[in-house]
Amino acid sequence: MNLEQIDEAQDRRGQAEGGPAFLRRDRSQKEATRVAYGKALLELGRENPQVVVLDADLSKSTHTGAFAKEFPERFFDMGIAEQDMMGTAAGLAFCGKTVFASSFAIFATGRAFDQVRNTICYPALNVKIAATHAGITVGEDGGSHEAIEDVALMRSIPNMTVVVPADATETRLAVKAAAAWEGPVYLRLGRLDVPVLFDEGYPFRIGKAVRLREGRDVALIANGVMVAAALEAADRLARDGIEARVINMSTVKPIDAEEIEAAARECGALVTAEEHNVLGGLGSAVAEVVVQRRPVPMALVGVQDRFGQSGKPLELLEEYGLTAADVEAAARQVVARKGR
Amino acid sequence: MSTQLSTQLLDPEYAFRPAQPVLSAEERNRLQGIALTLRRDIIEMTAAAQSGHPGGSLSAADIVTCLYFSILRHRPQDPHWPDRDRFVLSKGHAAPVLYAALAEAGYFPREQLQTLRRLHSPLQGHPDMRKLPGVEASTGSLGQGLSIGNGMALAGKLDGRDYRVYVLMGDGEIQEGMVWEAAMTSVHRHLDNLTAFVDYNQLQIDGRVTDIKSLTHVGRRFAAFGWHVLEIDGHDLDAIHAAVQDAQRTKGRPTLIVAHTIKGKGVPFMEDQVEWHGTAPKPDQAKEALAQLGAGGKEAAQA
Repeated sequence: MNLEQIDEAQDRRGQAEGGPAFLRRDRSQKEATRVAYGKALLELGRENPQVVVLDADLSKSTHTGAFAKEFPERFFDMGIAEQDMMGTAAGLAFCGKTVFASSFAIFATGRAFDQVRNTICYPALNVKIAATHAGITVGEDGGSHEAIEDVALMRSIPNMTVVVPADATETRLAVKAAAAWEGPVYLRLGRLDVPVLFDEGYPFRIGKAVRLREGRDVALIANGVMVAAALEAADRLARDGIEARVINMSTVKPIDAEEIEAAARECGALVTAEEHNVLGGLGSAVAEVVVQRRPVPMALVGVQDRFGQSGKPLELLEEYGLTAADVEAAARQVVARKGR
Repeated sequence: MSTQLSTQLLDPEYAFRPAQPVLSAEERNRLQGIALTLRRDIIEMTAAAQSGHPGGSLSAADIVTCLYFSILRHRPQDPHWPDRDRFVLSKGHAAPVLYAALAEAGYFPREQLQTLRRLHSPLQGHPDMRKLPGVEASTGSLGQGLSIGNGMALAGKLDGRDYRVYVLMGDGEIQEGMVWEAAMTSVHRHLDNLTAFVDYNQLQIDGRVTDIKSLTHVGRRFAAFGWHVLEIDGHDLDAIHAAVQDAQRTKGRPTLIVAHTIKGKGVPFMEDQVEWHGTAPKPDQAKEALAQLGAGGKEAAQA
């Protein structure tokens, strides 16, 4: 075995009681991925003097503020001007800087789409768009501020890499990996405090899915806040003797097609779960692989093509069908469709 | 006979004319010759492609000539030299004038000019920095160059390098809101290492800028934002040089040079005609245009 294979074997090592060693049993600790982003950025700033950070008047919310405080000369608050922020980020990247540009997901991808597309991705610049407040768990601010299409927008642009971390640990690793990655990266981060799922040994690599639980009856492929829901759904299914494989597909692009194909082959049914419109996000990305490589019954858990609204984050997850119970129901449905 | 620019166009508040010539007669001759070569290349390139934007390329030819052949510190043999001055063509559709200048400066062989807009050519319809050496930024979607230039200027200050950044915008382009976001940034960040030009030729695709969405007193608008503003005849090589020198002396704030120009300048049947914004000359029209321009710079000098 070469190093890569050994690495992979470790990543996917067999299911001891309760899953891989890096998967926490106690998930009571919570931290929003945006908070983890702020901390990771600070570490990165200390390690790498070429890192600069831009924000658009949201540094308190995106948590770039800590970096701003320690490295004021390398932090640029661009004011409420996301388009200018992305263009300026490009100019800095043209001159060799590794640039992190942050705002809410809705503005970073929607308001500044053309700047991201034409000025950052077309020349494949080292700009990392770390967007917080993605999805409906923004909560009370409502539908105008809840990005449900950002992954679709970003993954449709050539040269762009799209990563949706599930917890604080993965966020920290993803920020470091993004900085080292050649070219633009979209990091999708959340506002809500979510369980810390992984310990430091978590084997994060851009483009590599991580298997969190073994199973052969159905595969649950999730990212972001839905990873915790998928793990819980797998526990519930196991009570009825349905063994669900759980895969954290944090990189939506480039997608880990091998892992998807293996899941389709070995489990024969798939459920995707994402806090995003089912049009164009993780579910679509997985389906694109499945239909071309190994068609099997599949269900897409996600926002069913409707805008978000105000409410408490957990209420919204329930309203939009994004709970462990919803993932479980979808899994039972695809299992029933197997072999028909 | 080529149209002369009406000096009444210049806002008296910011009108800038050097008291005496800043170029030697020899230098002026040399630059005029190069500008003519660029104009001939623009006609030949767009004619060969049967596609492209001659009007706004011709209007910017004198500014681009002064920049690439007199003002910019750059090394065509070392396009990534970290201390080079940067030029961002924000009005990316004027790519032919940029390509002509880069070829003339030696960034790539002149023969490549004839591949403009062809499949697999590094000379894309709008500049692509990943395909062509010397292109500092991929542009084409209007309104973005000033922000890019700001980023480059910020990086220069951050790295303690003394390079300067020049951005060329179109007049119609300024209708993009992002330009005004960027205009605030340049001033807020005291980017005195940045100089922006507006190629103020008064025409955009749908007609006269004053009819589509007026930019009256564009200089005053930028001045109100805190910019140092100069208005010049954008075909007067001495004025272009003097204005850039003035910008270089200006500390603490960026300079905007409103360069009043004539779209299609140099080819009388194209001058001030909106039809020539994005239409390539047919072979017979190209022949006529080249005849009207006169023999190319080098040939003329040799003759």
